[in-house]
Amino acid sequence: MKWLMVALVVVVILLHHDFWNWTDKTLVFGVLPVGLAYHGLYSILASVTMVLLVRFLWPAHLEEEEERPPAPHSILEEGV
Amino acid sequence: MLPAIIVFAYLAIVLYIGIFAFRKGKESNEDFFLASRQLGPAVFLLSLFGTNMTAVAILGSSGIAYQRGIGIYGLMASASGIIIPLTIFIIGTRLWALGKKHGHMTQVQYLRDRWEMGGIGTFIFTLTAVMLVPYIIIGVMGGGETLETISGGAVPYAVGGAIVGIVVCSYVFFGGMRGTAWVNTFQTVLFLCFGAIAFILIGRSLGGFDQIMQGIAADPKTAPLLSRERIPQPEFFSYMFIPLSSIMFPHIAIMCLTAEKITHFKKTVIFYPLCIMAIWLPSVYLGVVAASQYPGLNPGQANDVIIKLLTDNTNTVVAGILGAGIMACVMASDSQILALSTMFTEDLFAYYGGRKRFGGKAEVWAGRAFIVVIGVVSYIIALLLKDKANIFDVAIRFAFTGFASLAPVMLAALFWKRSTKWGAFAATLWVLVTMLGTWWLTEFSAPLAPTKPGQPDVPIFPELGNLFLRGRVNVTVFGFLPVMPMVIGSAFWMWLVSVLTPPPSQATIDKYFPPK
Repeated sequence: MKWLMVALVVVVILLHHDFWNWTDKTLVFGVLPVGLAYHGLYSILASVTMVLLVRFLWPAHLEEEEERPPAPHSILEEGV
Repeated sequence: MLPAIIVFAYLAIVLYIGIFAFRKGKESNEDFFLASRQLGPAVFLLSLFGTNMTAVAILGSSGIAYQRGIGIYGLMASASGIIIPLTIFIIGTRLWALGKKHGHMTQVQYLRDRWEMGGIGTFIFTLTAVMLVPYIIIGVMGGGETLETISGGAVPYAVGGAIVGIVVCSYVFFGGMRGTAWVNTFQTVLFLCFGAIAFILIGRSLGGFDQIMQGIAADPKTAPLLSRERIPQPEFFSYMFIPLSSIMFPHIAIMCLTAEKITHFKKTVIFYPLCIMAIWLPSVYLGVVAASQYPGLNPGQANDVIIKLLTDNTNTVVAGILGAGIMACVMASDSQILALSTMFTEDLFAYYGGRKRFGGKAEVWAGRAFIVVIGVVSYIIALLLKDKANIFDVAIRFAFTGFASLAPVMLAALFWKRSTKWGAFAATLWVLVTMLGTWWLTEFSAPLAPTKPGQPDVPIFPELGNLFLRGRVNVTVFGFLPVMPMVIGSAFWMWLVSVLTPPPSQATIDKYFPPK
């Protein structure tokens, strides 16, 4: 699943570069330029991608830190 | 004057939120700088998003769309809508967990501990602090200018800047991270509503957008705005690297440490692209609409097109409320002031013996003192260099490139055991040198810059072919924005110098990569 999700992210990033719409001035529903409509939908696709990443690639091992009381302030100082 | 009164009422509300947060706070450095790492999911999402949105989101986006067309949405908004949530998902969650486990409050604290370094950490601190300062200055300038415009000149620039500076510094001073996050949440709700309300009111007043859009399509002068003819493909492609800067901005990284639970990140990364769309889509669209309403504006005037559309198409009360929304964007410098104060306190004051000598409580007061100093210095600079605001605009543009180019350093720290402090040093030095080089090249080639939209880029050194090209605003490398080679170069130096130098001790590696 990990590599499938990685592939999904790569495809979504590539889809951002919609060269086929570059000079297209078509107005979707007579009011929305097709390039703007595409990237509006792309924003929704980005959100769906994040839903899938959260569902299948969530770093669940980090959740154990939720139960941990906050560490005392970092004691790193010069020379320590 | 009525809009100015509404804006003053808004300023009073944000001040009150800061003071209310002060009453809820505790006198500890973790509470002041990180709200005790206890922000809830809604405040975390809205404040993180609001922290990332500046005046560029509404004023700048419509102004640039006016000149370059609808492609600005893809260039700046939808690219950020995928890259920023990805970086929060990959880097932000790890920073949160490490901060909770080891008590880090800044990026440099983590990097110093991760690579057993002192001076190199100070070098990284200095570079990031310098790149952050122009933001704060431009915030004060923007506040002064906006109040002057909204009040019709009744509140002069110097007074407006002082009022905005005092209000911002006050709620950061008293409320710390909790006050800043609450104010940011309030502001984000305001400007999320702003886009939708502005869009609906202007649309109604203009009698719908279909006639206007068809008019724009029919006019050869404005038709290119409906496509990406004015945005070269290499620029569009390489702009995808710019949002890598977001997680490297200290105020965003520090904000990632404030979530109460890591699960709060889930909603944040899912809703982030939709929040960007809610603000940017109407703003870019209205910028294109403005091209048919107010033809022939120069770039400086174009930044005000959304205010012009609102003034001409709404009544005074609505304009005042929407003016408050604009102030919400302009005042986004609050989290940057707090981040700079946190960095000064933790990375310099505490690290170089202040904590040992004066104790933990003194850190909070040192942080507050830094807030006052930052506020006063920024105000003085904003007054002295009022007519040179473009210097800071340029600096901010370079800051985005610089922070994006530092992303490989953070990725190496988090995911590559073998990475070393010398690799980090080499990568940071590369960022500094290339940023200064690009700045020089931009200034040097200014006389060559094309003056009209659609004109081709000009080779800066004809003997080098298209290696360095000069566009209207930027210098490019073979047509790509400098950020692309800078990020790739930073990753290369990080890798090369790391493999040539000794890794941190096994104890440190085990601390950050516990054996399974």
